[in-house]
Order: sequence, then structure tokens, then C-alpha cells
Amino acid sequence: MSAASRQVRAWASLLVILNASVVFAGFIAPYAPNEQNRNLPFAGPTRLHFIETTGQFHLRPFVYLVVSTPGSVDKYEEDRSRRYPVRFLIRGARYTIAGFAADRHLFGVEEPAKVFLFGTDQFGRDVFSRLLVGAQISLVAGVLAAGLALSLGVALGALAGFYGGWTDDAVMRIAELFLALPWLYLLLAVRSVLPLHIDPARAFLLLVTVIGFVGWARPARLIRGMVLSAKRRDHVLAARAFGATDMYVLRRHVLPQTAGVVLTQLAVLVPRYILAEVTLSFFGLGVAEPVPSWGNMLAAVQRYDVLTSYWWMFLPGIALSPVFLLYYALANALHEHTALLSS
Amino acid sequence: MKRVVERLLTPALLIAVACAAVAGAPQRAAVRAEDLLVSRAEIGRPGGQLVINQRAEPKTLNPVTAVDSVSGEVIKNTIADLIHVNRETQRAEPALAKAWTMSSDGRRYTVTLRQGLRFSDGDPFDADDVVFSFRVHLDEKAHSGQRDLLTIGGQPIAVRKIDQHTVQFDLAEPRAGAERLFDGVAILPRHLLERFHTEGRLADAWGLSTPAAQMAGLGPFRFKEYVPGERLVLERNPYYWKADRSGTRLPYLDRLVFMPVTSDDAQTMRFQSGEADIASKMTAASFDVLAKARQAAPYKLVDLGAGLDYSFLFFNLNDLGSSKLPDTARKQGWFRQVAFRQAISLAIDREAIVRLVYRGHATPLWGHVPPGNKVWINRSIPQPARSLDRARQLLRAARFSSKPDGTLVDQRGDLVEFSIVTNAGNSERVQMATIIQDDLRQLGINVHVVTLELRALVDRLLKTHDYEACVLGLGNADGNPNTEMNVWLSSGATHLWSPEQSRPATPWEAEIDTLMRRQLTTLDPTARKRLYDKVQELVAQNLPFIFLVSPNVLVGADKGLGNFRPAVLDPHTLWNVEELFWRQKRSSGTP
Repeated sequence: MSAASRQVRAWASLLVILNASVVFAGFIAPYAPNEQNRNLPFAGPTRLHFIETTGQFHLRPFVYLVVSTPGSVDKYEEDRSRRYPVRFLIRGARYTIAGFAADRHLFGVEEPAKVFLFGTDQFGRDVFSRLLVGAQISLVAGVLAAGLALSLGVALGALAGFYGGWTDDAVMRIAELFLALPWLYLLLAVRSVLPLHIDPARAFLLLVTVIGFVGWARPARLIRGMVLSAKRRDHVLAARAFGATDMYVLRRHVLPQTAGVVLTQLAVLVPRYILAEVTLSFFGLGVAEPVPSWGNMLAAVQRYDVLTSYWWMFLPGIALSPVFLLYYALANALHEHTALLSS
Repeated sequence: MKRVVERLLTPALLIAVACAAVAGAPQRAAVRAEDLLVSRAEIGRPGGQLVINQRAEPKTLNPVTAVDSVSGEVIKNTIADLIHVNRETQRAEPALAKAWTMSSDGRRYTVTLRQGLRFSDGDPFDADDVVFSFRVHLDEKAHSGQRDLLTIGGQPIAVRKIDQHTVQFDLAEPRAGAERLFDGVAILPRHLLERFHTEGRLADAWGLSTPAAQMAGLGPFRFKEYVPGERLVLERNPYYWKADRSGTRLPYLDRLVFMPVTSDDAQTMRFQSGEADIASKMTAASFDVLAKARQAAPYKLVDLGAGLDYSFLFFNLNDLGSSKLPDTARKQGWFRQVAFRQAISLAIDREAIVRLVYRGHATPLWGHVPPGNKVWINRSIPQPARSLDRARQLLRAARFSSKPDGTLVDQRGDLVEFSIVTNAGNSERVQMATIIQDDLRQLGINVHVVTLELRALVDRLLKTHDYEACVLGLGNADGNPNTEMNVWLSSGATHLWSPEQSRPATPWEAEIDTLMRRQLTTLDPTARKRLYDKVQELVAQNLPFIFLVSPNVLVGADKGLGNFRPAVLDPHTLWNVEELFWRQKRSSGTP
């Protein structure tokens, strides 16, 4: 196995783990994403302790109860009279994973203490739990939308490249139109004619459809070019001479040639569409509160007081970068891999 | 001969200036002695300018036709009224009127004007300007915002000139606190505006492109220049009719500079960096950010406590007919039940709103008169503590029931679910709606929060009635019940839950109509208070509005600004703009 393909495997499996772990968000998250702790707004990340005030060391980390400083809204003190060890597989809020309901959480502490790894937002909601559950929307939306955009792109690109003539002209002109339109404004206009309330599941589907549908033009142009060159190759012409049908030639000889490019495109498009979800939710076009997504979580950072006072509210933004790096590393490895194959 | 008269007259004027009824007195003599009003504020030093941020750009400088608050903020500094409500004492005080008397039946007011005053272009002011101004404000075609207030018992106030410095006002029926009606009614320069008025083009007069020389007023400042998108500058009116105790003519400041800064956050940053000198109507979040750096900062911040604004949740109680919006009409079956509204009210955690949304800078509310309105509040309005159990009991009694999974259903088995709309630009309202959403989830009610642009929202509320519930706020400009007539009368345009009814839809709305109309004509203050107390009771019992909180008035100003005495009444910081001064000379290049 070549170095390039080993890399592809490594990055791809890391990404699979990442996306799979998002499915278990409800289990990993210690709290329900919309659970408000109204006496703990903008509490900083809970400190994990190993050494007690008496100096005694504990291997199992523990937290103290956090209470708000009297007369202040966002200042807190630890009540060190009792320690609350971090427990694993603790019972808590109910959640569902692929339709199965459960109430065991990976970790947590005994009530009334709380463990907020990434602090809380303005309503006292756990940012860590929201980040994980929000990833379900943001990451999955990216993958689904990229899948949709690529399928449309491959189908239309292949059609245009293979048949040429007026089909080619029509598809490519439409693609150019799609590239030229000012999408954000158009989407804002579309949102205003939709009904006032859209439930989160439908909003999510709508989001994926919109992002995917808008994005087909670029991959379509790429695929068209590949198909155009592939259909003139000798073995394709030979297959035709033997009387192969269009469908057969496309399936057997032309499209496989584009596989490398399609996969690379996928790895490039997913992060771009994750970002699109973030942008759309940021503008209020995505899923609505109280359902978290990275976009609507980041929207809170627009506020000057949040921007200057509560650094942990930036974490959804910071979380984006490792995800993107993984995808770009995969795209890079895929690119090298296909380059190797074709040479 | 003429000279003799002048000589005789001048000392007479100096001794008893109020005695304006010197028949046929030559005007020229009167101009010499100016009836200046002497301010009791700290004596300041002249010079400098004040930079003020605004949410948007003003649309006009015409005091008659301006309707938006941004234009109003600018215009207030260029106009004067006969009788003015002191924002600090909340009492009516003489302004352009030197004195006034009320007849015993409360229907005739005789106002004596200050003599020798001039408009900001130097032209003299007298009773003709007053009569002209009221003619304009009362002219239906002029679309003055003041017209409704000046129409009493269905008839416009009759204005008559007695002599050059005395004007008489006749009311169709007695009106409690009628002198307050004069507050904010701008006295206009007849010599500049009469032409526009007779030609019916008043709305075209005094736009932002009008040359400064064609505008004049009696306020402390006058228009200087307007640079679109950048700034609007007012300059000192050299003829202003107030002076300080040392005899220096007010205002002290040379210029007011208004700059459009659209976002709250940008305004906060500009104030923090000293690019703006004054901050009014700050959000609690901005206030706290600024407060954190207060020790080292060159500004001071003031929390004036509860103001006169109040926010509330209300349901769509409009008569929707049978045609459109069948879904909303079905839900109105719940909304119309008082028990349902009471249950919602009991479930709302007002303390959480105060703490989480306003960071402690607000007061929870159960009635429509906020605690900032000390004169009119009915302190016996019950303030039931939040109780989900009590809310559930009420819902059960109203034949709502819970499904095993906790969701609430009505007697037909329909899920109780509705959306709350609010304006996207107001993050505090959006946050309140988010808290209510979570509160009601605990009753098993599924609430969706939908944010809309303000204009689209108002359109739904007042025109199409296509909404289910809404979080909104209202303010009372001077704390007086009369200014809230259009909210509480069932025929009122701001009777938000069901505006402009041809007849009251419910017995309690009919009763409120009667009480509000009666308090309007009751002269005895205690009797009037009793009537308004009853209105507050009825509102609190029937909850057409489910009251949430009243935000505190939060303001700030540069530490070097003298006579800065912010008030709970609007305009909070600029009500005494003529008295404001800089303690130290500041380098004030033109911005």
C-alpha cells in the first residue's frame, strides 16, 4: 500500500470517527442542550480539581458547587464545603440515539453540582452539550448537502459532457447563472415568503436542500470537462464500435474515471457547506432556537458584551478549524492518491 | 409724541412686564425688554460641542409632520412650547408662557406670553405665532401628531388672540391636567411657514435639504448643516429666551452633532472610546460592559431605576371572521379564555427575565403602570409569584389535559402549540421570548419563537392580524393616563390585541372605555386616580397583556459634562440641553 493511500485511510477513518461520535452526542453530552440553569448564566468552564483544600490528592477528578456571587450577574464562586467527584455512566436527561431512548451519560456529577466543560451561555445552558448536539446539525448538514450537490453536479455534468450540443449549452448556461446569483439575498427573500414557523426537522431538511441545490454548478463544470476528455479515449470509442449503449459507456468507462475527482471534491465541499450552514443559521435562516447549531451558537458572539467578556462562547468557532483541517488533509491525500493512480 | 410714549412705557414694562394688556403699545418698545427665563441650574461656561449617536438618520426637521422618534430627538432641541413639563420634577412649568390662569369650570385657559422674544432667525415672536401654530397643529390636512391630543370632547381647542401677548384657549369640556397638553406643541414661526400652510404644502417644508436660513424656531439650537449618512449639526440659537443666574444667555454649548450609528454595540463602542459624549437608552448588556471599565474611564453611568416603558406578551384576540387563518382562529379558542392567559402569566419566570435579560436592571411587572410612574401606579395590584402548580390547576379547570408524555392538549385533543413573534432587531425581546418558551414547555405547551423585521411585524399586528402571540413593549411619554388613551380604548389604533374595534368585544373592555373617558374629564386628582386604579385592576384581572418587566433607564455621559441631570422621562439626557456645559475647554474640531 502506498504512502498516499495510507494517508487517505488515516484521515478518512478519523473523519468517520468524528461523524460517528456526533451520532452519540446525546450520550457524550452531560446535559440536555436546551436545559436552562437560570441561576448560572455565563458561568465559565467548571474547574476540574484533583487536590482538595486539605491538600489531599484524588485520582478521580472532582468539582465544587458553583454559586453566583451575591449582587452580581455573571461572577461565581466555588462552594468548597463539599466535593463532587466526576462519575461515569451517570443517569441524567433523556435523549435518543437513532430512535433508541436512553438516560445514561458518559460522565457527569451528582446534582446540585454541575460540570460545564465549556461554560454556559446566557440562559445557563451547557455550551459543551450544545456544541456536541449542534455538531449533529452542522456536520451532518455539511455531509448531506455536499452529497446532494455532488450527485446533481455529476449527473448534470456527465449529461452535458457526454451529449454535448444544445444539452451542453443549456446545462452550462444554467450553471453559470447559478454561479452568478447573489444567493444570500435570494435566500433571505425566500425565507420571508415561507410560513412563520418551520419545525426544526423540516428546517434542517430545507437547509440541506438549499445548500446542496445551490452548489451543484461548480462540480458540474468540473465533471463535464472530465467526461468530455474521457469520451474521446480509444477504449471508449472501441466500446462504442462494439455497439455499447450510452448508459453502459457512461457507467462502465466514463464515470469511473471521474471517481477520484468526485471524492476530492466531496472532501473540499463538506467543510464549505458546514460553513454555509453556520452562515445561514447566523443570519437566522437555519434551525431556530432552542435547537443548537454551530451557526446559531456563534450568532450570540455578535453581541459586544459577549465578545468582550465570555471567551468560551467562541468555542463553536474554534471547533470548526480541526474539522476543516481534517477534511482538507483528506482532500489533499485523495488528490495525491488519484494523481498517483493516473500517472 | 412718539418718543414720549416710549419713555413713559419703558419703565412701566420693566416694573410689571407681565402686565401685557397695555392697549395699543408700540411693538418696538416691547422688544427692548426681554422676558428671559432665569435657569436655577449651576452656572456653566460657554463653548464646545456635544456629539450624540442616533439609531438612524432623521427624516425631517418639520416639527409638525415628524413621526419617527429619531427625527423627534433632533427637533426637540430646536423648538419650544408654551407650557413645559419639567422632566426632573414632572410638573408643568411656564416656558414661552410667562403665566397662565384656568377658569373655575376648567374650560378656559388664559396664557400670558413672554415679551420681546425672538425666533432663532431674529424675527420677533408674539401671539400671532401662537395662534398660527395651533391653527396648523389642529388642521386635519397638516397631519400633525399633536392633533388628537388637542381635540377635546370631539372638538379642537379654540384659540383666540386677546392682544399681542395674551392668548385664550377654550376647551369643549373640562380636561384634567390640561396645561400638560401644551408640552411638546411646537410654536412655529408664522413669517416662515404661513405661506406653506396656506398653499397646503406644509409637509414639504423643512426637509433635510432646506437651507438653514429658511428655518427658525424658539428652541435652544437651530439647524446648521446636514451631511447625509454622516452627521446633522445644530448650532446655538443666539436669541434663546433663557439665561443663567449670572445673566449669561443659554445655551452654553455651541453645537450639537447628531451621528447615525445603527447598532447598539457600535454605539457602546463609540461612547466607550469617547467619540460620543452622551449615551441614552443603553441596553443592560452595554451598561454592564461599560461599568466594568468604569473606574478608569472618562465617563459616568447612571441607572435611573424603573422607567415608564413596559414589555408584555399578548395573544391575537382580533375577530378573524371565518374566511382566512382558520388555524389561528381555532387557537383563539384558548387565547380568549381568561384562565388560559392567567395560567400563562403564572408560568412566566419574571425574575429570570430581570436577571438573565436585563442583568438586574429591570423590575418585574404585573400591571401596565410601571413603578417608575410613582404618581399613577396602583400598588394594590396583586403580584402572584410564579407557580406552575397553580397554572396547571387553572388549565385543568379550563378543561385542558396532559398526555402521558407531558404535552398539553385541549378538550378536543388538539396539541396546545403556538408561535410568539417579536422584532428581530430587539435582542432583549427575543431573549424574553426564549425564556417564555422554556417556561411554557414545563406546562407541556410547545412554543416557537419567530423573529421578524419590525415593519413586517407591525404590519401583521395592525393590518393582516396574521400572528398568534407577540412579545412587545410600549412606553408612556409623560406618565399621564391621557397619553395612553389609544392603547386602552377599544377603538384605539394601539389597542394591540384587537385594535380599532367598532364596539367593545368584551364587557371589561367596555368598562375600561367608560373609565378612561371619565378620567379624561375628571378634574379632581384623587377621583381621577381612583378611576385609573380601577382600569389597572381590570387590565390585571383580564390580562389582555401579560406583563413581563419594566426596564430601568440606563444612561451615561462624559464626566466633564456639567449640569448632566438625567431624568426618567424622555428625553432622558437632553431635556436640559440648554444647561449642559463642559467643565474644561475641549479641543472640538468640526467632526
